[in-house]
Amino acid sequence: MSVSSLFNELRQTDQVFSFMQPQGATNLNIDKGVILYLEDISVSFDGFKAINNLNLYIREGELRCIIGPNGAGKTTMMDIITGKTRPDSGSAWFGQNINLLEMDEPAISKAGIGRKFQKPTVFEQLSVWHNLELCMAAPKTVFTTLKARLNGEQRDQINKVLTLIGLQDQRFLNAGALSHGQKQWLEIGMLLMQKPRLLLVDEPVAGMTHQEMDRTGELLTSLAGEHSIVLVEHDMDFVRSIARHVTVLHQGSVLAEGTMDQVQSNPKVVEVYLGE
Amino acid sequence: MTAANELNLIQPRLLDKGSQRFLLVLIAVGVLVPVLNLLVPESSGLHLSTYTVTLLGKYLAYALLALAVDLVWGYLGILSLGHGAFFALGGYAMGMYLMRQIGDRGVYGNPDLPDFMVFLNWNELPWYWHGFDQFWFAMLMVLVAPGVLAFVFGWFAFRSRVTGVYLSIITQALTYALLLAFFRNEMGFGGNNGLTDFKDILGFSLQADTTRIALFSATVLALALGYLICRAIIISRLGRVAMAVRDAENRVRFVGYRVEHIKLFVFCVSAMLAGVAGALYVPQVGIINPSEFSPLNSIEMLIWVAVGGRATLYGAVIGALLVNYAKTWLTGALPDAWLFALGALFVVVTLFMPKGIAGLVQQYRDMRQQAARNNGGADKVEEKAA
Repeated sequence: MSVSSLFNELRQTDQVFSFMQPQGATNLNIDKGVILYLEDISVSFDGFKAINNLNLYIREGELRCIIGPNGAGKTTMMDIITGKTRPDSGSAWFGQNINLLEMDEPAISKAGIGRKFQKPTVFEQLSVWHNLELCMAAPKTVFTTLKARLNGEQRDQINKVLTLIGLQDQRFLNAGALSHGQKQWLEIGMLLMQKPRLLLVDEPVAGMTHQEMDRTGELLTSLAGEHSIVLVEHDMDFVRSIARHVTVLHQGSVLAEGTMDQVQSNPKVVEVYLGE
Repeated sequence: MTAANELNLIQPRLLDKGSQRFLLVLIAVGVLVPVLNLLVPESSGLHLSTYTVTLLGKYLAYALLALAVDLVWGYLGILSLGHGAFFALGGYAMGMYLMRQIGDRGVYGNPDLPDFMVFLNWNELPWYWHGFDQFWFAMLMVLVAPGVLAFVFGWFAFRSRVTGVYLSIITQALTYALLLAFFRNEMGFGGNNGLTDFKDILGFSLQADTTRIALFSATVLALALGYLICRAIIISRLGRVAMAVRDAENRVRFVGYRVEHIKLFVFCVSAMLAGVAGALYVPQVGIINPSEFSPLNSIEMLIWVAVGGRATLYGAVIGALLVNYAKTWLTGALPDAWLFALGALFVVVTLFMPKGIAGLVQQYRDMRQQAARNNGGADKVEEKAA
């Protein structure tokens, strides 16, 4: 905090000084119904502007699809939200009171943002059950983890998620033995164990069969409402089948936003996608 | 699937069948070896010479060291090329106590200063030698010295997210730096010659058969305890997090664990186990010198674990015993061939048995199970036909 901004801060006596507020407060404030604010975010890698003045707002309980051609900055945007990449400028707030740019990955995850990667990364040498156990929302310091034992309630939670993702019968199989689609579901299950408020899902249906895709679509729509979901996806059919609200990214900024029909009839989008 | 079985899959027991078997064998060795040495007369063919007992004790100290290496390599995925440093530090802590025990029986008869300090014309004990006349203090240092080194090293290395081959190289540099430092006479650890000429421990002569047996038994006990500590860690949720770090470190970070803290904890525990192994090794071989820090030693430890099989604990112990027995035998029979044999062993293990001896055991078990299942099926078909 620079001296001048500190001075400004001190002059404002109508609110609690920002430096007096508890850091990394976990009680998320979403009074305004918006769970994620990304404002004026820019980031460049070696001169290449991956994100250029991006503005994006996600409402609570929303299922938002982000589409865009390769290199549009979709994954970089996810990296910024989860703390993997620091933007050059702009602000990112989770609810109204949690500044994402001041936190590192574990802290952001703890605050309630879960991320599913493009490539399914599950812990292959551990059983499905243990994969879910590790991801459970619980104290995660060294010594609590060393002494941790599952109680009945936590077992119920794991069983509930197992049923939801349809892996009840495979629960003691090593995650490495699962099919590609099952791994994707397991990873969504792992996210759910963290009881996140916001789910970031990166191309969940890549490489899936049609049945698996339908199943995934059902799963995601059933999760929206209780959780807010940001879905990055290439597969237009899949997006059409589940999306209510679509954002198109192009060259690092928002090109269009609206329902799938509105977006598809937008001439700028058509131009970018060459007829899609 | 029975309820008890399911419970085991959710939370494995500390003493599963394999651990029970391992500890039983260890207890049997711990009882049998002293009996064969002390109670069986020397004329009998079953008598075990004190030389053999001490040799076995040395192997078991190595086995404990192999456990420590397996904990970080097999379960946490850190290929440490510097575990010899922790082993040697534990050994030096023990060696310093044994030096102070010599008292005025040294060549120069100085009651306070070890011989090499008198030889260097030093007049008083360096500050870091104080306290080592007390056994409890030395034992504390056996744990603290490697632990603190591991903590400081790990703190910087893991926080800067140094991983993979880079971390391996730094660990090797660490042990090499210590090797060079301990070679210097000015360091006050006996320089090139190290610490030797030990007389007694806790007032018992190191040459006596009973002391040797006691040291052997202490090593067996330490190995059993070390095994239980490692086992307790790997069956805990922390152990599963460690394995997750090994397989997908970044993912663990996004789940919300502080990967660097997890690594630091396991690394420090492993370093302390290695220190204890060093402390048990020194009185049994009677010397500790800077060559224990040499990177080659640390690489040899990895070969023990690779031969035995990573991430099984018992495999590390078997590997350490087998390779060291082979070393003793081969350096006696064909002194020049040992390094070639070691290199060949590493190549063969890497190419043909990546899971080591423990992997072969597992394969054999699977095959037998498969055969049993097939037989069972065949029987049923025959029954039907009848």
